[in-house]
Amino acid sequence: MTTQDATFARPGPRLRASRRRWGEDVVQGVLALFALISVATTVSIVVALLFPALEFFAEVNPVDYLTGTDWAPLFEPAHFGVLPLIAGSLLVTGVAVLVCAPLGLGAAIFLSEYAGRRLRSYLKPALEVLAGIPTVVYGYFALVYVTPQLQYLGVPAGVFNALSAALVMGVMLIPTVASISEDSMMAVPRELRDGAYALGSTKLHVATRIVVPAAVSGIIASYVLAISRAIGETMIVLIAAGGQPNLTLDPTEAVQTMTAFIGAIAQGDVPTGSIEYKTIFAVGLTLFVLTFAMNIVAVRLVRRWREVYE
Amino acid sequence: MKHPLVRRLGVLAVVGALAAAVAVTAGVAAATKLGGKVTADGSSTVGPYVTAAAEAFQKRNRSVRITVGISGTGGGFERFCKGETDLSNASRPIKASEAAACHDKNISYEGFLVANDGISIVVSKKNTWASCLTTDELKKIWDSGSKVDNWRDVRASFPNVPLKLYGPGTDSGTFDFFTEHINGKAKRSRSDYVASEDDNVLVRGVSGERGGLGYFGYSYYAENTNRLKLLGVNSGGGCVKPSPNRIKTYSYKPLSRPLFVYAKRSSFRRASVQAFIRYMIQNEPVIANKADMVSLTPRQVRKAKYQYNRALQLARG
Amino acid sequence: MSAVATRLRTHDRGARIRGALFVGLLLLSIAIGFLALGTLLIDVLSKGLNWTGATVDRVLLLESPSADPAIAGARPAILATIYLGILVLLFAVPIGVGTAIYLEEYASKDRWYNRLLEVNIQNLAAVPSIVYGILGLAFLVRGIGLGRVLLSGALILTLLVLPTVIIASREAIRAVPDSIRQAAYALGATRWQVVSRQVLPNAVPGMATGSILALSRGLGETAPLLLVGALTYVSFDPTLLGDFTALPIQIYQWIARPQEEFRIPLAAAGIIVLLMILLTLNAFAIWIRNRYQRTW
Repeated sequence: MTTQDATFARPGPRLRASRRRWGEDVVQGVLALFALISVATTVSIVVALLFPALEFFAEVNPVDYLTGTDWAPLFEPAHFGVLPLIAGSLLVTGVAVLVCAPLGLGAAIFLSEYAGRRLRSYLKPALEVLAGIPTVVYGYFALVYVTPQLQYLGVPAGVFNALSAALVMGVMLIPTVASISEDSMMAVPRELRDGAYALGSTKLHVATRIVVPAAVSGIIASYVLAISRAIGETMIVLIAAGGQPNLTLDPTEAVQTMTAFIGAIAQGDVPTGSIEYKTIFAVGLTLFVLTFAMNIVAVRLVRRWREVYE
Repeated sequence: MKHPLVRRLGVLAVVGALAAAVAVTAGVAAATKLGGKVTADGSSTVGPYVTAAAEAFQKRNRSVRITVGISGTGGGFERFCKGETDLSNASRPIKASEAAACHDKNISYEGFLVANDGISIVVSKKNTWASCLTTDELKKIWDSGSKVDNWRDVRASFPNVPLKLYGPGTDSGTFDFFTEHINGKAKRSRSDYVASEDDNVLVRGVSGERGGLGYFGYSYYAENTNRLKLLGVNSGGGCVKPSPNRIKTYSYKPLSRPLFVYAKRSSFRRASVQAFIRYMIQNEPVIANKADMVSLTPRQVRKAKYQYNRALQLARG
Repeated sequence: MSAVATRLRTHDRGARIRGALFVGLLLLSIAIGFLALGTLLIDVLSKGLNWTGATVDRVLLLESPSADPAIAGARPAILATIYLGILVLLFAVPIGVGTAIYLEEYASKDRWYNRLLEVNIQNLAAVPSIVYGILGLAFLVRGIGLGRVLLSGALILTLLVLPTVIIASREAIRAVPDSIRQAAYALGATRWQVVSRQVLPNAVPGMATGSILALSRGLGETAPLLLVGALTYVSFDPTLLGDFTALPIQIYQWIARPQEEFRIPLAAAGIIVLLMILLTLNAFAIWIRNRYQRTW
């Protein structure tokens, strides 16, 4: 690809092959160095999480950690079962997905199959606004508006409850589901749709029986990404879901998620080396591993439908 | 071939860099006269008091920068004995182990009495059945291993309402004091409740939960009387509800206690720290009023002034 | 023939009704999202603008936080957010653009380490923001002992927005047609000359848009700053190496107070200021894109 190394053997006006300029190497070196910063970030994250977490697991049995149902790391006697935190994260995530999965998919189908180009050009950015609202604002909304409304409607939800946080989180994730699903639906070739129309299908039929199944891996990828984002979300649950680790399936109760625990611990200046400090990293590592695994799955799924159609 | 946008963005970048530079130098320049930084951290009960004092103090002395953290009494002392803070706010006296840690680092300190406090037992306004609890009942609820999760289990005459508990975390001096005087041993407590160093979280939780019960410093109740219901405590001599008077005279038993601010001797050499502590002592009734806390008795004020003078002498000498 | 055409043209009424219902359902899906957004905005605006004593006014913008909600302001927090924005741009844009240039113009795609680099950036974009906070706590606050200062916050936010800046810059660079590059090479330009004089100027609008949008997401982040910032009472203006409280954190602190005067009007007013800042940034980014974006 480097044309400056080309030499011409033909006679005629001599095109001097440019000399290797050392400035070029400097530039390339500097740019490569910049690129290494992203690698350094990943390595740092792994190191920052891994080593203190290993120290933690030297003191706390990993099996107890992963299977214990009592999370009370700061009391005496201390309990280090992380299941309540994971359960809290999963509960909130589950309800959030119940919200964003159908709504996001509905929005995506509308955008890709029914909306004209002009409508789409307005709606898509408008939907993105939902994703751009700071999460602390969503947390405020959940605490100040959604919870009282739920109580007004007779739902036995306390001041802090998983349901408000999850509902709001679901709304926040609609654009994530919608945009990736819509991309994968738009990538379905026109021929498939046209063939179905030619055979007399209705739009409903084409959308639900032809396009969605064809785009299904992209849609599932969007769901997985939404789940990953929901698990990693901090402020909404910190503000509205409560601070008591609680192993429950009841969304009207207060729960504490992994992220909320880390955020809550950070309220005070935690002394380095204490067991408190190390719990941040143990839970952080658990969180990172979970979301990382989901992201890998999502990327694989996206790559699969891209390969098929592009 | 410079893109027109590049030029505009370039201008923006230069302006931005200049602004950042100004910000840095402004910070440096501000550290003149009675200036510099005073770092305080520790109890979330004492926090509002020191914050109110800092606010008023900084109005008169604009170049002093005071920060107040709420890591909890224990957390505050850890930082204090590592030399990270100038002042440590504490809702209990310094423990022997903490004093030893300070000694190891050659940190000597002076502890000032700043206010009085009564740990208040509060429930939600929707709680219509309870008005007083005995210390035995409190112990039954809060002792380690307790499985009491319904008001009916506290007292048979109470209705069948789930009990939701809110209290300070393990770094809190309030936690240490309460568990020592109710459960018999400091830090001995059940762990399945909403624990937070941020008393505001507790206030919010208790006020919103019909079966809620929590404990924290009196000032947090006083600031939220329209949201919370105060319970009396019966330690054998009848029901006593905390009030500024009863807290000052320590007739609210056993949960009345003094509040402290510990200052490093080395920090005390700084004019800003001296001025701030002096301000706190001289204006303590006003500050206590503003922070909804209980002020000192005349005897306590005399002692505080004596401590201040002694610290001043030691710092100069 | 007409019979066949008729059969093909008219679906039975049941199918039409089902079709209409389906569209209705889809519209409902979109509507719910916008309804929620609208409710949120109306709630925030009505609470933040109407209550006398804690509106978005001079007091909020110019005063420091206070225990008294009537005179509490968000000046240190607003300033800190602005400074953070400037610092993050200063750090993230050169590094992000540089990385993007490296990946698009210099790195040969068949080398394993370059592919790893790409995968790495994709992964970083999906890491939860609080993990970046943990990173900052471990390395910046504790590790090199920088402490909970504005610079630590800026560095961590930089790392947080960096993957997005890189991805956006790469898209912008890719959008520049190859023919321009080839023409320049044919005239004997070196690679850096091609990049700096042909590719970059044409990619600047896309990069600017992407960077500013990434920045606006970063400024709304609270979680990393919880771990790296000072969650304390801070009443003075922020400096580079001083304690700070950014606007999202200040809002969070106000939300956390139980008193109605803090939680409702004051937090709402703070939110309005934050949204205004973000809106301005986004509008600026979109203006850049509309004004300068070239379609090839």
